[in-house]
Amino acid sequence: MPSEKSSCLSGTGLTKVFGSRRTRTVAVDHVDFDFHEGEVVSIVGESGSGKTTLAKMLLGLINPTEGEIYFEGKKRDIRTQKKKKQYWKSIQAIFQDPYSSYNIFNRIDAVLLDCIYMRGGRKLPRAKKIEIMTEACSFVNLKFEELTNKYPFELSGGQMQRLMIARIFLLKPKILLADEPTSMVDACSRATILDMLMQLRDEIGMTVVFITHDIGLAYYVSDVVYIMEHGKFVESGSADEVILHPKETYTQRLISDVPKIHEVWDLSTV
Amino acid sequence: MAEVMLEVRELTSKYVTRFRENVYAVEHVSLKVEKGKSLGIAGESGCGKSTLALSLMGYYFAPLHYTSGEIIIDGRNISGMDPDDIRKSILGTEISYIPQSAMNALNPTQKVIHFIEDVVQAHDPYKTKKEIHEFAKEAFETLGLPVEVLQKYPVELSGGMKQRTVIAISVILSPKVLIADEPSSALDVSSQKMVIKMLKNLMENGFIKSMIFITHELPLLYNVTDDIMVMYAGQIVEKATAKEAVLDPLHPYSKGLMGSIIVPERGLRDVKLTAIPGVPPNLKKPPAGCRFAERCKYVQPECKVTSVPLHDAGGGRAYRCILSEKVLREAYQHAQ
Repeated sequence: MPSEKSSCLSGTGLTKVFGSRRTRTVAVDHVDFDFHEGEVVSIVGESGSGKTTLAKMLLGLINPTEGEIYFEGKKRDIRTQKKKKQYWKSIQAIFQDPYSSYNIFNRIDAVLLDCIYMRGGRKLPRAKKIEIMTEACSFVNLKFEELTNKYPFELSGGQMQRLMIARIFLLKPKILLADEPTSMVDACSRATILDMLMQLRDEIGMTVVFITHDIGLAYYVSDVVYIMEHGKFVESGSADEVILHPKETYTQRLISDVPKIHEVWDLSTV
Repeated sequence: MAEVMLEVRELTSKYVTRFRENVYAVEHVSLKVEKGKSLGIAGESGCGKSTLALSLMGYYFAPLHYTSGEIIIDGRNISGMDPDDIRKSILGTEISYIPQSAMNALNPTQKVIHFIEDVVQAHDPYKTKKEIHEFAKEAFETLGLPVEVLQKYPVELSGGMKQRTVIAISVILSPKVLIADEPSSALDVSSQKMVIKMLKNLMENGFIKSMIFITHELPLLYNVTDDIMVMYAGQIVEKATAKEAVLDPLHPYSKGLMGSIIVPERGLRDVKLTAIPGVPPNLKKPPAGCRFAERCKYVQPECKVTSVPLHDAGGGRAYRCILSEKVLREAYQHAQ
């Protein structure tokens, strides 16, 4: 039962408003949520429904206009840079566009070394560091020897996204925010990346917040699904409940928008 | 016998790198698209889908070079023609193309109507602007797009609308063949559905006569196209009708692709995704035998030595594997 698990990340009345007066846009509108430890939570919605804004607020990249975020039962405090860094040790993210998520001047070993430093491994001997990095790379089926002297832009999109997972493997955060991690890669690499993410979750036991527009994908990975429309959660519940027996018309529409194999795809309802 | 709109025989195209290495991205591809039919091309990134699309249009600009083979559009052989001639006389009226990144395909400083003027005047310089505006309005109404879009700048349109506008611009001269290269992969599911609906209606509206649809999303191909061709490392590995290719694939690679499908259907959560291990071969030095041998579960010792021809399985079906249909089917049964 999810209610028995302890709450990992929750929020009450979380709101984000962009602009003022005429340009006022409510991106996220008084959402309440409660993510439990060890769950895979999906947030599903169309483009422009406020999914990414919510993710940025959870990460602490932008400040909410209203509302509170609670981390492990306590009010989240990230007012100083030091506290923010402390917070980021327990929450990490994978973004949609792998090409723009790396510092282009840093080589790949520097990317991975940073992760080791963040976990307090600065004083480890060099051989040990390389061993840790090799282990992380082999977890995601990359060869560390081939990567050491390369820059991120020399990799393909799928490889970059897998390197991102290697980072998460090293950092071992409590919460992972995956913001459409597979929308820029093809169907084949998507399966690989999803498999790795799920394997990683089993290993570390972290909470995964999965943000996507593809309800099929949400159904495949998640325990709990939140459906988001115009900045509000319109429906939430366990994946089977929401996706196989949707109550809201918006959810029904989202499901009918995905092409299927064993059922007829009704194109007339656009 | 239906009219053949596009026929390709043994087409080979290559890229020439800076160091004079030849990379054959499309090798001995033959295909046929009849009037009123649509053909889907599936495969992972880098397998030559987009190169094939460019080759079909005769878009041979360096580093892409024509090597051999024939492209016949409605009885007219365009292989080996100068790309500039092709652009003037064939692109738009005979064959047309929807690019992968339609988001960036429109010049942000011009109104949508300008692109249509451009396309129409390239083929008929004596048409007046007024005639073109009338023509564009009519076309947009038939396509079910709002007419106001014509007077807007591309930045004012949403992603889905931009994509549909690009489709409208590319079909405005009613081409015989339309090549849609991943027209919906940058969109969310709801906009994707609108784009697909529009593409499906194009043939009924008489804007196009046949279509080639390129994507890596198999559920989409299954719902849109009549036939499916699976490509791997520049070669065709399987040709079949959409139903056969998706529900009963023969080639181990097509079978592997099926394992990566995710659809929100009952009982799917228990099915494990089966990703194909390994990476595609480097086409600078293609392997001697079957190109899929390195990643194939059912690999035989001779696979790595002898090259495999496209094996005809009857009924318009073909696959590239040395194992017979029966052996493959038994192997798949056993795997389950």
